[in-house]
Amino acid sequence: MNKIYQRRRRVNVMMLCISGATMAFGLFWLAWILTTLLHEGFSALSLTLFTQTTPPPGSDGGLLNAIVGSLLMVTMATLIGTPVGILAGTYLAEFGRRGWLAPATRFINDILLSAPSIVIGLFIYSVYVAQVGHFAGWGGALALSLIVIPVVVRTTDDMLKLVPDSLREAAVALGAPTWKMIVFVSYRAAKAGITTGILLAVARISGETAPLLFTALNNQFWSLNMNQPMANLPVVIFQFAMSPYPDWHRLAWGGAILITLSVLGLNILARTLFRRGN
Amino acid sequence: MPPRDAAVIAPSFEISGQTTYNRRPTPAKRLPWMDSFFKHLTRFFAFFVFSILAAILVSLVFHGQLALSKFGFGFLFDPEWNPVTQEFGALIPIYGTLVSSAIAMVIGIPVSFGIALFLTELSPVWLKRPLGTAIEMLAAIPSIIYGMWGLFVFAPLFAEYVQPALIKTFGALPIFGMLFKGPAMGIGMLTAGIILAIMVIPFITAVMRDVFELVPPLLKESAYGLGATTWEVVWTVVLPYTKIGVVGGVMLGLGRALGETMAVTFVIGNAHRLSTSLLAPGNSIASSLANEFTEAVGDMHSSALIELGLILFLITTIVLALSKLLLLQLAKQEGRQT
Repeated sequence: MNKIYQRRRRVNVMMLCISGATMAFGLFWLAWILTTLLHEGFSALSLTLFTQTTPPPGSDGGLLNAIVGSLLMVTMATLIGTPVGILAGTYLAEFGRRGWLAPATRFINDILLSAPSIVIGLFIYSVYVAQVGHFAGWGGALALSLIVIPVVVRTTDDMLKLVPDSLREAAVALGAPTWKMIVFVSYRAAKAGITTGILLAVARISGETAPLLFTALNNQFWSLNMNQPMANLPVVIFQFAMSPYPDWHRLAWGGAILITLSVLGLNILARTLFRRGN
Repeated sequence: MPPRDAAVIAPSFEISGQTTYNRRPTPAKRLPWMDSFFKHLTRFFAFFVFSILAAILVSLVFHGQLALSKFGFGFLFDPEWNPVTQEFGALIPIYGTLVSSAIAMVIGIPVSFGIALFLTELSPVWLKRPLGTAIEMLAAIPSIIYGMWGLFVFAPLFAEYVQPALIKTFGALPIFGMLFKGPAMGIGMLTAGIILAIMVIPFITAVMRDVFELVPPLLKESAYGLGATTWEVVWTVVLPYTKIGVVGGVMLGLGRALGETMAVTFVIGNAHRLSTSLLAPGNSIASSLANEFTEAVGDMHSSALIELGLILFLITTIVLALSKLLLLQLAKQEGRQT
């Protein structure tokens, strides 16, 4: 009998050690990637990164046009995607308690949430870029907005479902029409959660590269025209990192740390905001 | 005479012959059209989201027509990819996508299970949140960063230390050894698979952790009360109870791995070659698209690439839909029991 107990205890200890080791394995990669990034990135950070545009190989330059292009496209994508996402999410949570549309949309939205972003780029290429005949900043913004929408729909839906029905009933009992009840009661109660969703969506698209490859492409020069190809950090990083020139690699690391710090920063901001909101 | 907008102003109660309300200075406007306008607006956008998936499908089929009609079903099994002769087949990219994702799953599933187990059963309460957040941060790092890190940092070290050892240990084995033949170049299918594994771990872990927490404490406590060890509780109570959800999480991770573009493009080697060795460079659907699409020569080439995209879209959609169905089924079960 004693032998069985010992064996069971040994198996238990072994498995729990393995479980601890997998945790360490996960943390190890995170630490490795972040230290590499900080090490390579900070040595590449300099003032010229923010004041000059992307250079031809062999000369000095910065990432100014790419930073501005990224900011512009991310802003536009958020401005397009957020209202669509919030309104669709509102339907799912507030009106869609009966009927087929809400459950079907929820299902499809969850698939879109994980759909390969390169296919979204391909989609915008075929419905927009191929129609207007040239790569354009608007194409990039549209592709990114298609990534924003599912994130915002999901969080809006989830957060509105957390609002207790007694609040809604109280508003209606006071004579508020449905739309006022939603705008002034439901939205207000779910404000922190919905904001979190928007921030997470912005964080997600700030690092997206694949959908921009076929839509905004890249532009070596300073340009604010969204009807023209537009420089953006992820694609510049991609091209510079794949190039054989060491000074381009340095710029790519500089861009990489800018992107990662802003994405991680947005994530942390979203989390703290959400925790405080609850 | 009753007030014009009787519905808004509360009904008047006559108490001892006196009207007690009507103190409100301006009666609120009801805007009767606003209610139905708002409802239809939200429904329109819900329908818009609903139709995105179908729109993607239709547009890819439409723009891939040229290749679809020329190559037919043979496209899936043709190893040829030659822009000069305009002969295109999808076998090599499909093979690369499946193999790199399979490697990612082989590494990712046990590791995610271990991490989820650690977070739900072993970790002290005060460590749960920071550790969970750290693992979630792995998902927040943009994929292009994984790619750069893989190309500049991981691949050289991998080629110097790990790959020669792999070739030495397994290369001589009869059939299994075919997987580990060839020079140690650092980039290739195996490298891509390992980086994909790191990328999918947070997604699988998150689902597993969530479903493990669904197990009623009563069940676990009963097992502990009978003298089961922690591992036995996890293996014989928690896992069987949550198996649908666990499979759902694995499918979600698989869907992510199949469609991952940038990280794979950096490290898979982008060689259009079919090789049994995992150390050899290859190609995946997403990386072919990322590399070739903007430089495609002629309509047939881009049409063939769009068809590749269509194949990727169909595979990931089916995998993700299955994952979602499994998770829904678990939620339904949960609903029945409570």
